[in-house]
Amino acid sequence: MTTHMQSTTSRSDLLTLTHAAREPAGVARMQTNCLSVHFEDRSAIDDATLDFFPHEMTSLVGPNGAGKSTLLKCLDGILEPTHGVVMLDGQPLRGPSPRIAYVPQRSEVDWKFPISVLDVAIMGRALHRNRFLRLSPSDREDGLVALDEVGMRRFAKVQIGALSGGQQQRVFIARALLQDADVYLLDEPFSGVDAPTQALMVQVFARLRSAGKTIIFATHDLAMAAASADTCVLLNRKVIATGPPATVLTVPNLQASFGGAAILPPGLAARP
Amino acid sequence: MIDLTTLLLEPFQYAFMRNAFAAIVLVGLICGVMGVFVTLRGLAFMGDAIAHAVFPGVVISYIVGGSFLVGAIIAATIVSLAIGFVTQSGLLRNDTAIGVFFVGAFALGVAIISTQKSYARDVASLLFGSILGVSRTDLLLTFGVGSGVLLTLWLFRRQVVTISFDRTFAQAQGLNLWGLDQLFLLMLSLTIVISLQTVGNVLVLAMLVTPAATARMLTTRLTTMLAVSALVGAASGVIGLYVSYFQGISSGASIVLVATAIFILTFLFAPRTGAITTRVARRLHFEHPERDQFLEDGVASSRP
Repeated sequence: MTTHMQSTTSRSDLLTLTHAAREPAGVARMQTNCLSVHFEDRSAIDDATLDFFPHEMTSLVGPNGAGKSTLLKCLDGILEPTHGVVMLDGQPLRGPSPRIAYVPQRSEVDWKFPISVLDVAIMGRALHRNRFLRLSPSDREDGLVALDEVGMRRFAKVQIGALSGGQQQRVFIARALLQDADVYLLDEPFSGVDAPTQALMVQVFARLRSAGKTIIFATHDLAMAAASADTCVLLNRKVIATGPPATVLTVPNLQASFGGAAILPPGLAARP
Repeated sequence: MIDLTTLLLEPFQYAFMRNAFAAIVLVGLICGVMGVFVTLRGLAFMGDAIAHAVFPGVVISYIVGGSFLVGAIIAATIVSLAIGFVTQSGLLRNDTAIGVFFVGAFALGVAIISTQKSYARDVASLLFGSILGVSRTDLLLTFGVGSGVLLTLWLFRRQVVTISFDRTFAQAQGLNLWGLDQLFLLMLSLTIVISLQTVGNVLVLAMLVTPAATARMLTTRLTTMLAVSALVGAASGVIGLYVSYFQGISSGASIVLVATAIFILTFLFAPRTGAITTRVARRLHFEHPERDQFLEDGVASSRP
């Protein structure tokens, strides 16, 4: 599989990075240009210029409060940046688009809500297709197929709150799959889920990537960021570094992003 | 048995009791359905606020002789917009803003009505309802507005469910959160307004919250919850009205007490969630492990 790399250079003024020579990538599917978000007097993201390509999986890495969720919300069109623009296929993104699927952090959901696994999965479909009418049997059938892909078909009738964290995350992945989008945005998909679910998600993302989708996920887990993504964006309120994980997740970069306490996963510890 | 039937039919010889029963069944059903969404969205306090906030509107239309429905809707809209505006400023929490405005609006209503000569009687009938004074016109109005509320909820059921379950996702789907919230609050205001005459300002919250809370303990399916809640609402109304008729208790209070009693019984004895039921099930399990099937079927199946 060809790995598409990003053509932008890091805007970090902390470090000058030596990037490997980059092959010219295809046309970017999503771009941010000089994106900044300010909340009252605090800046959450400053001057981020990034490209995201089809057939590419990108991890947004950084400590808590680094602006990962904020950046994802801008990319999804649900948060308007203070400065700069988000582009989808060369067009400025104005508000949410059906071509973008978004998987929020699990903590933002009301788990006590009396709703079944299948109804959660087909929630997105239901809103797109026929807002006011009955669902067709094919929508439910598609829902079961998507649940099957994440191994949750036999839980279709169970109330969502009765599931474990990993199982809930699988249902959310199924819901995103049913939207049949071009871009998949996921906020901390690997946190608080079991290892088999993590492995299954990596597998699903790989399938989406080979189908030409763009996958962007936020994580504070360096091992996941390094192991599964083609491109890493290291954030701490601004873009510290961007590129293949091996060149981005270096000791000086991580110290710049996480501070001195950064603990490296074993596979990365040896690199300068 | 004939005696009991005669006894139960006795109130129906009076036209005002027939109207009262019809009104409380309608209000019980509509509040039961609306209350499911109110409790699921954690808007019980907002419901209380609207019930009190409509008070000045009702008082003014009562004095000038206009439609109390219109007065109440105007008052509810002004107050809910004011709450939304203050919350959006980000300086105060939503419940703080609610607290400020609903008591303020309620005080305005009290201030206006205290200028009237028939102050005490008017306040009592507005605060606690006057179910025996329900006319045929009132019934038709309740039926018409209530049907409109239920139809709107049905049309927007997916949006309302999505917004209640996962707000961020709803936003990402391009739903107009502000518009849907305002629509929901309007439906809530209408529900409260048509309930005012039967149960009154102060007690309407119980019709919204208690049947829905009871239903939540009995099911994990939304459609079942809606049906159970509506049923509990209507049943509390009918039983409460009988108790009121035979015991001479204030009808609004009697209805709410019946709903509360049903809630407490359900809390203690609900098949899978009841405080006593689960304890008995656990005891049975320890003393008779061979009867484990009971646990498998009854308790454990809700937690796979």
